[in-house]
Amino acid sequence: MADLTHLIAEAEADFINSASMNDLEIAKAKYLGKSGSLTDALKGLGKLSAEERPAAGAVINVVKQAIEAALTARRESILNAEQAKQLSQESIDVTLPARAQSQGGLHPVTLTLKRVEELFHSIGFEVATGPEIETDFYNFTALNIPEDHPARAMHDTFYIDEANVLRTHTSPVQARYMENALKNNQTPPFKIIAPGRVYRVDSDATHSPMFHQVEGLWVDEDISFANLKGVVQDFLQKFFERDDLTVRFRPSFFPFTEPSAEMDMSWNGGWLEIGGCGMVHPEVFKHVNIDSEKYRGFAFGLGIERLTMLRYGVNDLRHFFNNDLRFLSQFK
Amino acid sequence: MQFSENWLRSLVNTDLDSQALSHALTMAGLEVEEMQPVAASFSKVVVARIISAEKHPDADRLQVCQVDVGLSAPLQIVCGAANARAGLIAPCALVGAELPGISIKQAKVRGVESFGMMCSSKELGITAEASGLLELDNDAVVGQDIREHLDLNDHLFTLKLTPNRSDCLSLTGIARDVAAITGATTQFAAIPSLATEHSDVKQVMVNESVACPRYCGRLITGINAQATTPAWMVKRLERSGLRSISVVVDITNYVLLELGQPMHAFDAAKLDGDISVRFAKAGESLALLNDQTIELKADDLVIADKSGALALAGVMGGQASAVSETTTDIFLESAFFTPAVIAGKARRLGFSTDSSYRFERGVDFGNTRNAIEYATSLVKTLCGGQVGPITEVIAALPARDPVKLRMSRLVSVLGISLDPQSVAQLLTQLGFAFESADDVFTVAPPSYRFDITIEEDLIEEVARLHGYDHIPATPPVAALNMLAAPEQHLHLNRLRDGLVAAGYQEVVTYSFVDEGWERDLLGNHSPIKLKNPIASNLSVMRTSLWGGLLDTLTYNLNRKQERANLFEIGAVYHQQAGAYHETTRISGLAYGSAMPEQWATATADIDFFDVKANVDSLLGADSSTKHVVYEKAEHSALHPGQTARVLLNGKVVGWLGKLHPKWQQHYGFAKSTYLFELDADALVNRMLPAYQEVSKLLPVRRDLAIVLDESVAVQSVLSAINEENIPLIADVALFDLYQGKGVPENKKSLALSVLMHDTQKTLTDGDADTAIANLLQLLQIKFDAVLRN
Repeated sequence: MADLTHLIAEAEADFINSASMNDLEIAKAKYLGKSGSLTDALKGLGKLSAEERPAAGAVINVVKQAIEAALTARRESILNAEQAKQLSQESIDVTLPARAQSQGGLHPVTLTLKRVEELFHSIGFEVATGPEIETDFYNFTALNIPEDHPARAMHDTFYIDEANVLRTHTSPVQARYMENALKNNQTPPFKIIAPGRVYRVDSDATHSPMFHQVEGLWVDEDISFANLKGVVQDFLQKFFERDDLTVRFRPSFFPFTEPSAEMDMSWNGGWLEIGGCGMVHPEVFKHVNIDSEKYRGFAFGLGIERLTMLRYGVNDLRHFFNNDLRFLSQFK
Repeated sequence: MQFSENWLRSLVNTDLDSQALSHALTMAGLEVEEMQPVAASFSKVVVARIISAEKHPDADRLQVCQVDVGLSAPLQIVCGAANARAGLIAPCALVGAELPGISIKQAKVRGVESFGMMCSSKELGITAEASGLLELDNDAVVGQDIREHLDLNDHLFTLKLTPNRSDCLSLTGIARDVAAITGATTQFAAIPSLATEHSDVKQVMVNESVACPRYCGRLITGINAQATTPAWMVKRLERSGLRSISVVVDITNYVLLELGQPMHAFDAAKLDGDISVRFAKAGESLALLNDQTIELKADDLVIADKSGALALAGVMGGQASAVSETTTDIFLESAFFTPAVIAGKARRLGFSTDSSYRFERGVDFGNTRNAIEYATSLVKTLCGGQVGPITEVIAALPARDPVKLRMSRLVSVLGISLDPQSVAQLLTQLGFAFESADDVFTVAPPSYRFDITIEEDLIEEVARLHGYDHIPATPPVAALNMLAAPEQHLHLNRLRDGLVAAGYQEVVTYSFVDEGWERDLLGNHSPIKLKNPIASNLSVMRTSLWGGLLDTLTYNLNRKQERANLFEIGAVYHQQAGAYHETTRISGLAYGSAMPEQWATATADIDFFDVKANVDSLLGADSSTKHVVYEKAEHSALHPGQTARVLLNGKVVGWLGKLHPKWQQHYGFAKSTYLFELDADALVNRMLPAYQEVSKLLPVRRDLAIVLDESVAVQSVLSAINEENIPLIADVALFDLYQGKGVPENKKSLALSVLMHDTQKTLTDGDADTAIANLLQLLQIKFDAVLRN
């Protein structure tokens, strides 16, 4: 029997020289195919004597295993190379911009309203609403501002007709809410905020004929002026995310609160006026049939645009209603 | 209310400096809006007299003056002012003086030595402009510091008073409050009651004693109405913002400022008989001092004589009886008119006067007589004349009912601890008379306080003097209860976020819009109009948000933006049978390319179906949603072939469409604009998810193409299938639409995917065939549709 071990080296060389799977298959046939060298050798076993056969068979088997191992190794190597080639061909520039719709955004006033609602919601305030075309009664009379009261001159009012105005503040919602709640047999505590649009006949660099306010009202048996200060200060600290922020109250006058105060907030070493507030006036309670001996409440009104300007550093009120996309798109 | 700080300090003795005084007033509720020095800060300027003025040898416009500044020898000063002349008394800045922006040094002016500078009022920072030297009175003392001479160490205070504090509309009132706030003492001069020098009187008939509960009048005869108002009075008036007019008018204004009592002086010679206080008669008119002739109304209170109305009570005098230079006898009036009677009268005429402003807020009815005595003494001193007796008519004055203040209430309203002794001290500082028993104070409000009628008024007074600053910020203690969280009601913010994610930018536009938009764009011919719009193009309330969105688009296209996806959520306003209704709408506008220009996608303009997807998303709908229906419709703002009415559960909730080409042209938009608007209330209601059995069996899908008339709306096909509820058919969706080769003209081919399933058993081919046959039969009957080969 001829020496077969040289076949191993020959097969290895043939396999290495096969660049593709196809070539490799052809090379494989040369050794392991139907008329391959090893197949021939196996066929030749029959010609050997029974004594010679096992030894010769063992030799062939060793060679066959070696060739098959070489084949498997080469297969893997070719597969890896082909996969690598495919991966390399599929490679992209991942730094190219995404296929994307443009990013929209909320109006900065909405951002502030959302924050205000979230913060007050966190201590149990509900949102209440009321009409913007408001009756003279709710806008003024129910808030203890009778006709010809000099306090009406503090409001530059848009009139629709004798009995209806564009609301000059969000305070009418106080009266409407309490009246409605009592009608539905609800009793205090009442904790609401009333955000929304309000209107004044005033238009210049620092006044807009339409702007936003949020009214707050808390009516309960044991609510005090000190609590009002506490809630407003807490709100401002959380809203501006500044623990060092303090609130200063200055005596003022609103017909629907007493005592009344202007609220100032500490800001950059000075004080900034941010709204009005006070304890709900007994006349307002009387209008809605709440016993002011039993219940007390506080109310406040904050300017949303003012808060927004301070929060985001906007320096001109007029930006809010010009709706310049170059301005608005800054508030993503 | 503007006034001189020095005048105030002459009435109340406080140690606070100007800044501290200003702060104290503000923190006590008398907000100091402005505090300005009457002159700039400067030094070494004295009263000087020009002894001689010679022309400068080398300059035409300059003069060389010898000036007496009170030193042993006159100073030589070169001066360029045209009014520099021998004998003139004017301010002189000495060498070493520091004026605003200039230091005075000894200098040579065109070769002539000059030892100071003669000054104008501008150079001293008294006025913004000046022509020539400030000419001083002849009695000015040469050498005196000009700051002293002109009383320039003074500030102008401007208070922003709230309407409840009418008692502070006078120097006396402010002084009283300063005393209350700071504990200082007032120093009011006693008002003399002059002896009468004649007995002539005007009888006063007060017909309306409720409107005029107190009236004092007095004749002063033989006065010199041409007397000069003294400088001190002119100065105080001017520093209160009032011009000097004539001595008699100045005196009445002065008393008004000092005591807060509006006064009026009639020329007695022009009065016909006695005086009456009554409401105006029908047809009566009056020529007012401001040259305005008014038709009096029945609720106008007037001062009248036999011939008719003389003055609009508490508002303004009349021309016919006005004091003039030739007046010799005057009839002085000091009255109390009820605030409600005067309120609104001046505003009705379009103005406000110092008098009406005070009367409508409340004038001290305890001071009516004092005021006429004070005015009399000033007239007597400045104009001479003979004083007659006072005619006084007095009826029921406003009651000052005692007001109770309970310590318990005070403490609980304010949320602070305060002892009765401190409260008593504060009430005393306020000058309120009170009694106390069992921690209850019974307070008698003074006549000048119109704002103390209930307990809260007193609580506020105590808080104000105690100091709002001394009230702590205390978090409330209350029962904790969770808020309702209705799951079937979406917060509008959810819808906002959806639009933002789809690339839309939120805007906020005015609720009042151009009447033209409403009429032409929206076909609204009876909009809600504002009586007093801020501008003619903002005069009606909107019934749609589209006008504002289109306006915003224009604004941004003018600023070189090329695409815009905008939305707004806000109210629209309708009127119906005299009642106003507001609904909240969500409105959007899309313009330009569907996607921003980018390398990865070919640029295509936005179309109807891009925007329809946004609307679907707001409605919580997708292609399988059954409760949302779009109907072909027409709208004045939209393209007639690209307009849909949107129905949710069979109810119209809004519109979607392409802006009509004529409007596109009108606005000058280069590309198509798409608009939608939906009722927010309809969108926020969502179904609570309700679990249904998930079938373990797999559905079967069959695709089929049908050919039908191109005019048939796809929605009607899908709705018809949906309504028919064919057994086993769970869902039918359109996945292709084709017209062209292979499909007859005026026909279209719809490719439908049909999903079938049975929750009970596996479907056989036979079952599916039956269902499809039923479907085709339906389509054939309803739409004349045939299966495409």
